[in-house]
Amino acid sequence: MKRTWVGVAAVVLTVVAGAVFVGLRTGDAAAEQQLDLARGGLLYVDESGRVRQDDRVGPSCQRVDVAAGTLACLRATALPDQAELLVTKPGAEPRLISEWGLPSRVRVSPSGRLVGWTVFRSGDSYLGGVGTFSTTAGIFDLATGNHYGSLEDFALTVDGKPYPAADLNYWGVTFARDDLTFYATARSAGGTWLVRGDLRTRTLTSLRRNVECPSLSPDGTRVAYKFRDGDRWRLHVLHLANGRDIPLADPAHLDDQPQWLDDRTVAYGRDKAIYAVPADGTGVPALLRAGASSPAVVR
Amino acid sequence: MYLSTIRSADPARPGGRAKHAVSGTVIGLGVVSLITDVSAEMVTAVLPLYLVYGLGVGYLQLGAIDGLYTGATALLRLAGGYFADRLGRPKAVALVGYGLSAATKLALPAAGSSLGAIGLVIGADRAGKGIRTAPRDAMITLASPADGLGRAFGVHRAMDTAGALLGPIVAFGLLTVLVGDYPAVFGVSFCLAVIAVIVLAVFVRAPAGTVERSRVRLRAGFALLRQPALRGTCLAAALLGVCTVGDMFLFVGVQRSAGLPPGALPLLPLATALTFMALASPVGRLADRLGRWKVFLAGHVVLLAGYVVLAASVSGWLVAAVVLAAHGVFYACTDGVLMAHAAPLVPEPLRATGLAIVQTGQALARAAGAVAFGALAAGTALRPAFAVFAVVLLVSVLAGTRIK
Repeated sequence: MKRTWVGVAAVVLTVVAGAVFVGLRTGDAAAEQQLDLARGGLLYVDESGRVRQDDRVGPSCQRVDVAAGTLACLRATALPDQAELLVTKPGAEPRLISEWGLPSRVRVSPSGRLVGWTVFRSGDSYLGGVGTFSTTAGIFDLATGNHYGSLEDFALTVDGKPYPAADLNYWGVTFARDDLTFYATARSAGGTWLVRGDLRTRTLTSLRRNVECPSLSPDGTRVAYKFRDGDRWRLHVLHLANGRDIPLADPAHLDDQPQWLDDRTVAYGRDKAIYAVPADGTGVPALLRAGASSPAVVR
Repeated sequence: MYLSTIRSADPARPGGRAKHAVSGTVIGLGVVSLITDVSAEMVTAVLPLYLVYGLGVGYLQLGAIDGLYTGATALLRLAGGYFADRLGRPKAVALVGYGLSAATKLALPAAGSSLGAIGLVIGADRAGKGIRTAPRDAMITLASPADGLGRAFGVHRAMDTAGALLGPIVAFGLLTVLVGDYPAVFGVSFCLAVIAVIVLAVFVRAPAGTVERSRVRLRAGFALLRQPALRGTCLAAALLGVCTVGDMFLFVGVQRSAGLPPGALPLLPLATALTFMALASPVGRLADRLGRWKVFLAGHVVLLAGYVVLAASVSGWLVAAVVLAAHGVFYACTDGVLMAHAAPLVPEPLRATGLAIVQTGQALARAAGAVAFGALAAGTALRPAFAVFAVVLLVSVLAGTRIK
């Protein structure tokens, strides 16, 4: 009998401890504030998973990007394996687009009209078991409401030949200024390519091998990307016109889609912090902000 | 709400109970499994998010962490069974397993972003699962009358599955309320795991059928396989296991064949689990009446029918519903029913060891079957691969009918 009471007391104690623990952690969630998307400056995701701009606290997101007043925020939802893309623009209704998978990358085109997203999906492959992932990337057009569901529906040409394959994965969309051209990474058993896409013709063309998570410079001449070296990635910049490829001055492994702060500087997340490094291979990486990820620039 | 049931129920003596009641020990173990599964599935559900966004670990390394433990879990399952018999204390060994898994929930946030440490913690969690399975199932058999084993396992598995279904819901609910606060998820998961350990320690009585500390030798464990009945069961279960395609492939097959949107894929396992949960107990009772091995084979025939549907070119939601229902029926007919069939074949002093041998053989065979199917599907296509497996499974079922 006594034993029973001891057991009941222990269970009650554990429940109370758990409730107190959760209660303590709910107290410090800050209310959402309006971000200033007209003023320049860095936007990022802080350690508690909220978008931050200086001292303003925005929505909760895993990945964020902003351009011409359009804010795109990709986040996991309360449903297992469901992500949602929140797109806000001053003067327009906020849009919510549901995607199945885990948030991975998000980009807004320079004009603020197109949003590109990437999600991770598990169990989407034949031979992979638990813990293997595939990616899916898509584009949404705010002006027309067109949803280019997945780049897997586009026609891919590799080295001048059509490349139909069931095992294609796409990730890391980045947009040019014309709102028609974009770049992304394609991967299949044959390898990894930088591809250029065209929204009008729904085609993708391979440009170069081994370029992952491309990010187009504001002037549209270069792509900052992750260069794969075995099981590590390092930051490179590729000149699209002449194919000149420059390793930047940070030899460390990173897994992020870089972001151009301006035409001379590339920012990226690594080891739970945002760093910036010159885009011409000189200099040293500078710590931009600790406890932060997913850098974005209001412009 | 179960406390009164558990307290008022005498530890069952085989044969000494009414036919239509499941003993308090079994209900208690069911409660323990339910709470533990909520706790475990909470972590499983948020782990990828936590690793990528909580720690900044890349997906490349995620694959390296997972899927390394099948072999280790199998070995520990055998060890858990052996020690439960050797010490004559299945409850104590099960407690060690549950306790180890509970501790890992706290160790995970402490592991930081070191991949080695995270791998170690996940490995320890799986180890705990491996250690506790056989002693727990042995306790279920020892606390149930011989003619009610199927039902007892059915009730336990239904509760276990209910927990697994609740886990992700609890985890993502917390993540939403607490905006990406992973430590809170691990904290709640830890509290639940601790509650399960307390319930097991205090409220679940070790079945009176438990043997005295026996001088079980390792050799006696292996000698079990010299008994034709148990050896036949083991071999047949393994043979049938090799002919199953693996859950993930079945779900992908359903999604592709039925032409469902890819977004439906994560929801498909829920349909299987719900069917399994609903049918585990009635099917267990049916197995007690009709014969457990018959029901075990029938479950594979139902699964086979599902493969045939997937191999035939039919599409639509109805097909998906039929195949998933078949998959759930298959689980209800095989998971607990195999244990109920095997238990009487094992002498009581070796009960946990014997069950561990049967489970391990089946688990390894099923893993091998999934690999074989994956290779076949990659080499041909999904449909012909299902057709091949349907034929092979049919042959195995026919071979299985030779076992009485």
